[in-house]
Amino acid sequence: MKRDAIIPGITLIIAIILLSIFPDRQEAVITTSWDFFIEMILILPAVMILMGLFSVFVPKEMVVKYLGKAAGIKAVFLGILMGSLPTGPLYVAFPMASALLKKGAKISCIIAFLSAWACIKIPQEMVELQFLGPRFMAARLVLTIIFVVIMGILIERLIEWSDKKQTNLRR
Amino acid sequence: MNTTAILNIFAFGCLIFAFIKDRTKTKQALTVALKSFFHILPTVLIIIIFIGLLLGFVPQSQISEVVGEQAGFRGVLIVALLGAFLHIPSLISFPLAASLLKSGASVTSVAVFITTLTMIGVVTLPLEIKELGKKMALLRNGISFVIAIIIGIVMGVIL
Repeated sequence: MKRDAIIPGITLIIAIILLSIFPDRQEAVITTSWDFFIEMILILPAVMILMGLFSVFVPKEMVVKYLGKAAGIKAVFLGILMGSLPTGPLYVAFPMASALLKKGAKISCIIAFLSAWACIKIPQEMVELQFLGPRFMAARLVLTIIFVVIMGILIERLIEWSDKKQTNLRR
Repeated sequence: MNTTAILNIFAFGCLIFAFIKDRTKTKQALTVALKSFFHILPTVLIIIIFIGLLLGFVPQSQISEVVGEQAGFRGVLIVALLGAFLHIPSLISFPLAASLLKSGASVTSVAVFITTLTMIGVVTLPLEIKELGKKMALLRNGISFVIAIIIGIVMGVIL
């Protein structure tokens, strides 16, 4: 808690010093910060509530169970779908991905899941919509899904290929 | 109707629906929400002050020189690396991206920045290697870097 206050405190002090040296910039800086603050504070509680609801109603075990037995190209899309539902930073998803690996889930599915978790989560997309507009958000969403599918399949092939080469060498 | 209103109505609707379905779980969800709100608040404040200083002090011509249209591929590469190394919550990357876009950054660099920031974590790479193995972790981060740049370039062309 203490550490949480130090860095914002330092940032604030730097800002105050800068603004007292350059008083002509005060208005621009304060207006900009204030506008962004208002925009943020109007959506943040809603985003947090959605994230809280997802985390309680869609437990991790359920996600792992569903993805563990998915197969084929359907697994990749299911991975993207499941990845976009829950929430939290990406490193929370690594243990889940590890559990999926042990369960024998498809690598393409795990990659799709991790990538969707990283950059197209639903609450996150809403913040993107708010700040960058519908065209930007929609274009990035569609492109990301396309490339994540390609990446998932590519990594799966690469890992299978290198595993095969290793077993051949051992023979 | 604007995005803020839609988002708030949607969240409120979900909350009511959840409350009808399961009261205890909904209360639990609200506790999680409150905790994460206060957890993210300091970072939000830092980024907001940073955005104010950035737009107030750095002239637009300078921003667009580094990450704008004329910066070319070198600019895109710089943003991509910056996104890969920085470790800030993805939610907060959007106001930052919006402020850069407003002050002369190109659509390509902003899209690349968001994508590498969210998909690639140099800071969390050791953890990822531990959980998923070297091969998979390095392939995922490496290929994500390439597709981030491709996504950015395509977005620059279509938007």
